[in-house]
Amino acid sequence: MKGLTPIVKKVAQLMSGIICIYGIYIVVHGHLTPGGAFAGGIILAGAFILLILAFGSEVVKLRKEETGSSVTESLSILATLILATAGLLIGSKVFFNDYLPKGTVGELVSAGAVPLYNILIGIEVAAAIITIFLALIIFKEEEEQR
Amino acid sequence: MEVLLSVILGFMIIGAIYALHANDLLSAVIAQGIVGYGLVICFLHLRAPDLAIVQIVVETITLIIMVAVVLDSSRKELKTPAGWKGTVNIILGLMFIGFMIYFFDMATASLELFGEHSMRMSQTYVEEGAQRTGAANLVTGVLWDFRAYDTLGEATILFTAALGVLTVLRLKGKK
Repeated sequence: MKGLTPIVKKVAQLMSGIICIYGIYIVVHGHLTPGGAFAGGIILAGAFILLILAFGSEVVKLRKEETGSSVTESLSILATLILATAGLLIGSKVFFNDYLPKGTVGELVSAGAVPLYNILIGIEVAAAIITIFLALIIFKEEEEQR
Repeated sequence: MEVLLSVILGFMIIGAIYALHANDLLSAVIAQGIVGYGLVICFLHLRAPDLAIVQIVVETITLIIMVAVVLDSSRKELKTPAGWKGTVNIILGLMFIGFMIYFFDMATASLELFGEHSMRMSQTYVEEGAQRTGAANLVTGVLWDFRAYDTLGEATILFTAALGVLTVLRLKGKK
């Protein structure tokens, strides 16, 4: 996939960092402000999609990125399941049991395991969207090469 | 508020109908975006910022992918002549719409008026949600505490979708 002109590249470079920080903010503050894992994850994926569209890349490099993103996705959903299953072992033996201390309502570190779930699912959503996007690009490139 | 919602819904219906009948597929995709962004304004007016954020981001990413697909393949719509199958399809569609309107009317007759829903189920969530889950944002509290199974299902659906895309595109690429 070919890249675009230098103007687009520079603007994408400047914007994608800000978009990335905004996505991380939405995910981390999911239990305090509107938003959460799904919205923040897709914003994070959008930053990466912007960079891939602007700069372009070789198929070999894209496939390496695709492997990385699919492994990240699988690992983060596995971590979510482990965190949920841990509720079966500790405390009152219920799946998704929130055994961590609640803290005061409204602080960044509060609400027990909710921020952890938010962060893990945010990573999973971002990696899944990037994986789908990269799979489509790689399919198109391979068809053009034949 | 209902008047404004009706106006936005009217715009969304016009956009959807135009998307069906446009000859240029690129303008059809853009017109389809009206539906999504109109829904964003509806959510904001119904005081649901969480849903509005998700909807606006998903709509943008979908539009990017759809525009890329249209630019890569053809922009002209391929028109196939409608034979007797077309008439059968139209008759079946009209019958289905009639059934839908009939049952929808039956279902909505037993509901309360717009904006006056009873709070039997959600009363406890709204009153005790913040202190029980410890999350200031009630939506996230419900998503990850009271309804955590649902959210796990949603995440699994996304995981399965990525898996399906990888499988389908790989098989064809290997031949």
